Amino acid sequence: MRYNEKELQALSRQPAEMAAELGMRGPKKGSVVKRRLVKLVVNFLFYFRTDEAEPVGALLLEHCRVTQEEPSGFSISFLEDPERKYHFECCSEEQCQEWMAALRRASYEFMRRSLIFYRNEIQKMTGKDPLEQFGISEEARFQLSGLKA
Amino acid sequence: MKLNQRSLAFHATCDAPADNAGFQYKKGGRHAAHHRRWPVPRGNMLFCFGDAAGREPVGVIILEGCTVELVEAAEEFTFAVRFAGARAHTYVLEAESQAAMEGWVKALSRASFDYLRLVVRELGHQLAAARAGDPLPPRRPHALPPKEDGCALWSAEIPAPAAAPPPPAGAAPRPLPGPEPPPLPPCRRASAPSGPLHSASFAQLHEWYGQEVGALRGQWLRSQAQP
Repeated sequence: MRYNEKELQALSRQPAEMAAELGMRGPKKGSVVKRRLVKLVVNFLFYFRTDEAEPVGALLLEHCRVTQEEPSGFSISFLEDPERKYHFECCSEEQCQEWMAALRRASYEFMRRSLIFYRNEIQKMTGKDPLEQFGISEEARFQLSGLKA
Repeated sequence: MKLNQRSLAFHATCDAPADNAGFQYKKGGRHAAHHRRWPVPRGNMLFCFGDAAGREPVGVIILEGCTVELVEAAEEFTFAVRFAGARAHTYVLEAESQAAMEGWVKALSRASFDYLRLVVRELGHQLAAARAGDPLPPRRPHALPPKEDGCALWSAEIPAPAAAPPPPAGAAPRPLPGPEPPPLPPCRRASAPSGPLHSASFAQLHEWYGQEVGALRGQWLRSQAQP
């Protein structure tokens, strides 16, 4: 599928939520660990060769699962193919936990569900819909019915 | 650049709610060709299917960092999704009616992850304040134009909270009674300032969005004034 690569490259240059040099191993059988500069920007995880300005690649972080992998690493897999894992190695358990927490919160979907949660809680407490002030209370993506168990 | 295309395709066709699906002509930015597409916005992306029954999109426009503008064109109900930067692409789209165009412009203007994060952060503060028993800061009722009279195309304005200072970056919310809310979106740890969203106060962000919306509204009003 075609996509606006230039804009994605521009996005990779934006300030990042998290950035660090990590060991990374691709999902293909027999792939080896490589040092990569890994950068989290909105719901994309970019990875760069450590001396290059343009990313080698990007992972869209929607519908993904982040799993701890011993000793101090984690993997990212996606709902449509759970066996295909991208592995990352951190330098410490602390760094690993930090990355895992950030990646689990990184999706647009997580943000959307947070919004619905807050909206519902505020409405219960105050009787008012906090989205009215933004003019977005009718949008389908923010409706409680959009949440699934 | 490599991209997890299969995940992208899955995201396009998963059953999360989508706003504003509908037929729309799309002109290529550089070529004059008209392409009829079935566009489906999902999160901060606009997927384009060849037709309503398409199982996989033919393309996607990632909507971060774009502006949505009205355009002067022979065709009615035309608007553009424009990106910054040299040789950046502009996508010109044509809706089927005035109402549809307004809906699209509204939806795409608010599609970015940054916008959503802004709203979530604001709601997080409101919830914390409500739970702590403080009265909610009074909302200055910015003259959000009524939706009925056709003058309001969109209202991406976010009213500034009165007197509530933004929490310091990385501050954890106090433990609150009731179900634990999801954590506030992390503040960006920027290496270098770039763009208006970097470590701006809420009032500054409101000002920035307000200016953008004001400019767009002015543009629209001028276009309406022409015979």
